[in-house]
Amino acid sequence: MAENKIVDGRGSFCPGPLMELIAALKSSQVGDVLEVLSTDKGSVNDIPEWINKVGHEYITTTESEGVWHITMKKAK
Amino acid sequence: MKKILIVGGGMGGTILANNLARRLTNELKTGKVRITMLSASEKHMYQPGLLYLAVGKITPDELYRDQASLLESGIEFHVDPVEEFKLDNNQVKTKSGKTFDYDYMAIATGSRMFPEGVPGMVEGAETFYTEETALKMFKRLQSFEGGKVVITVGVPHKCPMAPLEITFMLHDYFKDRGLGDKVQLHYTYPIGRVHSLENVAKWAAPEMDKLGIKYDTFFNIKEVDAANKVLKSEEGVDLKYDMLITIPAHKGMEVLEKNGLGQNGWVPTNKTKLNMEGRDNVFVLGDTTNIPISKAGSTAHFEADTLGENLAAIIKIGMPVREYDGKVFCFIEAGKDRASYAMFNYQNPPDPKAPTKAVHWFKMAYNKLYWISARGLL
Repeated sequence: MAENKIVDGRGSFCPGPLMELIAALKSSQVGDVLEVLSTDKGSVNDIPEWINKVGHEYITTTESEGVWHITMKKAK
Repeated sequence: MKKILIVGGGMGGTILANNLARRLTNELKTGKVRITMLSASEKHMYQPGLLYLAVGKITPDELYRDQASLLESGIEFHVDPVEEFKLDNNQVKTKSGKTFDYDYMAIATGSRMFPEGVPGMVEGAETFYTEETALKMFKRLQSFEGGKVVITVGVPHKCPMAPLEITFMLHDYFKDRGLGDKVQLHYTYPIGRVHSLENVAKWAAPEMDKLGIKYDTFFNIKEVDAANKVLKSEEGVDLKYDMLITIPAHKGMEVLEKNGLGQNGWVPTNKTKLNMEGRDNVFVLGDTTNIPISKAGSTAHFEADTLGENLAAIIKIGMPVREYDGKVFCFIEAGKDRASYAMFNYQNPPDPKAPTKAVHWFKMAYNKLYWISARGLL
């Protein structure tokens, strides 16, 4: 199983982690799984909403030691 | 002698220098302290004035003062920008080839718009972040007789309220020209609401509804097709426009990135102590930091107040006396003659109220009072 592609948006603030994800998607292939790391709580709502709006596949959000891990699959 | 070096002659650097000169008057007189400022320009620009220049409310001469005239006596001022930072040696090297030593350094070099990061933006869009572009935008507005005006926003950018302010001010500008029915304003924003500060977004969206201003959220600029007048988003939306106005994404100064001080020119900074991460004698102010807070003149101002107090205390008693609490105060112009404001810090979010004429006139007064503010008196 391929490892998730990590998008490290820690320390960045709204909407920084979303911008990091958009940049990472440009260099990704359809089917790649990307995991955004964010210390900004706003990402928990913004990023899944953006993923759904654009039509990628939102997988999950987890939190560990103050870092949110938002996982998605590039669908197109 | 303790040498304090301030790199940058904008709002943060100027307020810091004047604040320190007043707190350390005796130390300056007796030669125990030296304060030196290095700037790229002999002029000081009141950057918030560019918004008004773009809609013909002020002229360029009102934006400038001689930098030297704003500084307390005793501050050494050189127009000689830094090209090389040698942090391990406590030295900088300037464009003229001189080397300056320091015991304490504050970096306050600001930020710059970076429209070149989006294909077609320079050719296809108007903006107002420099004197030249603001004047060009005003000339374009004056010849505009109707159609769709799209206002689009890249992040991060300087002045958090500018996208909203220019939108509301354009509404009144076109109304005054009798074009209210012929112009459709269309605002776009990168995240799922019309402003990054949630309470500001909650305030602004109904204001836009009331004025008939359309808006799209989750709109991240991909490219500008200037030939066909189409703005394309990362989300796959193509938006036709007759005039495109942009708040471009910004970067910190190139010299900081070249010297490895921070990605995109944003220097990693402790958000309460304001020192550069990993350096106890290097401090960072204003737009230059990577602190998760608005890139605004008032941020630089309040940070400079804190750092001035702390650096003077370090000289006098060997330790800082307080922490920066994240305080920011921004006026929000909501048209040509009404305004609100947002005041917030790390703990307390803003809570903008309904716009009033009184707040607008306070902002108009502040546009003149700024020069007292830069001197560190207000």
